[in-house]
Order: sequence, then C-alpha cells, then structure tokens
Amino acid sequence: MQGMMLNRAKELLSDGTVNRVLGWQAGEFVYDITPAVFETEEELDAGFVYNGFCGNNLSKYLVKETLKDGKILVFLKPCDTYSFNQLLTEHRIDREKICAIGIPCDGKTSGEMLKAKGISGITGISEDADNFVVDTIYGQTTVAKADALEERCKTCKSKKHVAYDELLGEDGEILDSHRFDMVAKLEAMTPDERFAFWREQLSKCIRCNACRNVCPACTCEQCVFDNPKSGIAQKAAADSFEENMFHIIRAFHVAGRCTDCGECSRVCPQNIPLHLLNRKFIKDINELYGDYQAGAEVGTRAPLTNYTQEDVEPSIVYHREGK
Amino acid sequence: MPNEVKAFKPKIVAFCCNWCSYAGADLAGTNRLAYPADVKIIRVPCSCRVNPMFILRAFQRGADGVILCGCHPGDCHYTTGNYYARRRMTLLFSMLDFLGIEKERTRVEWVSAAEGAKFAATMNDFVATVTALGENKRLEDLRCKE
Repeated sequence: MQGMMLNRAKELLSDGTVNRVLGWQAGEFVYDITPAVFETEEELDAGFVYNGFCGNNLSKYLVKETLKDGKILVFLKPCDTYSFNQLLTEHRIDREKICAIGIPCDGKTSGEMLKAKGISGITGISEDADNFVVDTIYGQTTVAKADALEERCKTCKSKKHVAYDELLGEDGEILDSHRFDMVAKLEAMTPDERFAFWREQLSKCIRCNACRNVCPACTCEQCVFDNPKSGIAQKAAADSFEENMFHIIRAFHVAGRCTDCGECSRVCPQNIPLHLLNRKFIKDINELYGDYQAGAEVGTRAPLTNYTQEDVEPSIVYHREGK
Repeated sequence: MPNEVKAFKPKIVAFCCNWCSYAGADLAGTNRLAYPADVKIIRVPCSCRVNPMFILRAFQRGADGVILCGCHPGDCHYTTGNYYARRRMTLLFSMLDFLGIEKERTRVEWVSAAEGAKFAATMNDFVATVTALGENKRLEDLRCKE
C-alpha cells in the first residue's frame, strides 16, 4: 500500500495537480509517527511512510494547510473521512484546495501497545489480514491483530470512505461495531460506582491538552480553555473540580460534532478513556433525538443546533430505566 | 456554642429567564407566596443564554443545587431559545449522571410570568430535594469552600 500511495503522490506532484502532500513520516523511532507535509518527490522518497503505526487523523491539519496557496494531497483512512466531512460542514477547510485519496485501513497499533505485549527494539512493521509482523532488533515476531489493535480500532465503526476524490484499494462497509457496550456497562452501574470509576480515570489528567489539540472537532481559533481570565488556562488542574470540568466541557463542546474517531484516547499520555465521554453524548443523541452520525454527509445540521417541538424534557434523565 | 451542629442550609442557584420565570418569581413575591431564602436568582435574557459552564461554575462556587427556569416551550420571547436550552440541558444532566454526580441537584422547570404559585412550589420542592441530598461533595472546589 505504501508503494502505491507513494507512486500516486509522485504522479500528482509531478503533473502539477497538487503542490504539497500531507502524509506521515517516522520520528525518532519507527513507531513515533508524525504527520508531515512533503513538497518534493525527494522528500517523499526520504520520509513518506504508511504502516500499522500511522493512526494519526490528518484531516485537522487541512485547516491550516488550506489557508495557504496551492493544492494539497491528503490521504484519508475511513474514520478520517468522517472528520473531513464534518470540517467541510463547518466551513473550516477549503474543498477546492484539496485532493483527497481514500486509503484502506485494517486497524492500527502503537508502540505502546506492542511494548505492553513485551515486544521491544522495534525496527519495522508489516501486516496481513489477521496479524502484525513486527521486526525487532531481536528478530521477527508475529502478533495477532485482535491482541494488538488500538482500543478505537477494536470497535471500528466503519471501513467505508464517506469522502474522497479517488480511492486506492477496496472500499469497505459500515460495521456493526458494538462501540457503545462500555458506555452501557457504565450506565448499568450505580452512581457511586460510576463516580469512583471516573474519579480514578480523570484524576490522572495532567492537563497536557493533547486531547484538545489533536481533536478534529476542536478547531476554534481561541479555545475557551486558553482564556487567561478563566483561571484554568495553561496550567494543571488544581482540584478535582477542574478535572471534571475540563472533560465535561470539552466533551460538551464537541457533542453532536464528534465523529468518534478516537484520537483523544489515542494521544492521552495517561490513557484516560476519553472516547467514553464522547460516546455517551453520541449514544444519548441517538436515543433521544434519532440516529445521527457526524460527518456521514456534508451539510447536515448538528443535533445541538437543531430542535423539534416534541423533544423530550430534561426530566427524562431522572426516570430513564436502569439509572 | 462551639459544638453546636448547624442544620444544613443548601445554597441554590436559580437561573431565571427575564421574560417568563423572573416575572413569575416577581409574581410569587407580590402574592406573598413563601419560598426558601436559600434560592439565589440570577436573571438571564433567555434560558438558552445559560452555558453548561455556568451550571458547573455555580457548583464550583459553592452551590448545592442549580435550577434553570424558562418560558414554556413554544412561548419563548425569542421564539426558539428554550428549545435549544432543552436539548443542551438534557445532554448535560445526562452527562453529570454518567459521571456519578447526583442528578437531583440539577433541574429544568418551565415557569410562565403568570405562574407565581408554580414558581414558589417548584422552589420549595427543589430546596427540599437538595436538603435531603446534603452538601454538594462530588462537584465542589475545595479552594472555594469557606
């Protein structure tokens, strides 16, 4: 796949269709993948990679890139295309300046996941349908995907690309993902258990803001959490209240616009399951206001900027079953 | 008397929309209807002016319960404001519940300018509910405690 992508990118660069290519490159280690913009074929040859570590959602980088002159080529995995559509809906990116190539994805892993499996000294990765084949300085190891996939990929919602100009490889289907299972499990707990669960998780937060910075829905130029007058900007949470507030408000700000790409949980250095907060909103919206998948189409009205006269009253929260 | 235990008096913040509920509270007053003095009313132009952050901030600064009052759906002075507020608050309250914070501490009630009696009854009921729950411990900020 990497070869096909590289060839197509070079073709489009050399015939002048695009001026830049947005892709991935390895950092210090092969599993330290970072998004990168390539401007020449030489740069592509030297740095461009696409493998089992390339989890980064590139769509957010288009917000800055489409402010520049010229056209940019971007590679989008199925879950990235939802974010792409959502950004288009919000007029955050300029479609005219983008050439989007859809690429298939069979789930991603990360250096941390593999290290947790006892694999160290990683020098490369390849994959087949069910396994990751990892090269290490000690030799080659095979890990079943079922064991090494990132949390969000285990509950992948869709292998179907909802936006692209051209497609490399096969398009997939929307999956029956059971992604709300964990949310339902938490809902079935008593409030005391839920409180204990979330205190344990949220008290780990170091307010590094990585979840916000990586989130394709968080594209405000001035974030509410950067307001110096708020008393919470640029500092670690000083009280359990601030930990709660940051995550409630962040999840609320993306409610109805979150495509459930799972980047927030992927980048969290403390491994807080932040996607559960977003999924709770998505689940509530689906149950109360009808099924809605942000980014499935361009131009749809988000549930929180919409209403019907027959909406349920907030008091439903007090007498829903199993609560 | 150093060992005297004071009875718990909750602090309640009530966000009231200017056009209906604030006038309803006024009517409760002119009709001499009693409701607890623990309720602190904050006037807002419309129920949809209330940002979820306001609710959390109220809890942070020491509120034990927060209630939002607005015009009845369909009667909003700005036509649709309370419809949006209704969706927002439903999702916010559900999220607070998801985090294990007592859901009885938050409430939305529609009170029109003619419903002074409903305003007083709502506040009496809400204060009783929150008093029974006791102090807000799960969404407090220790730095803001006296």
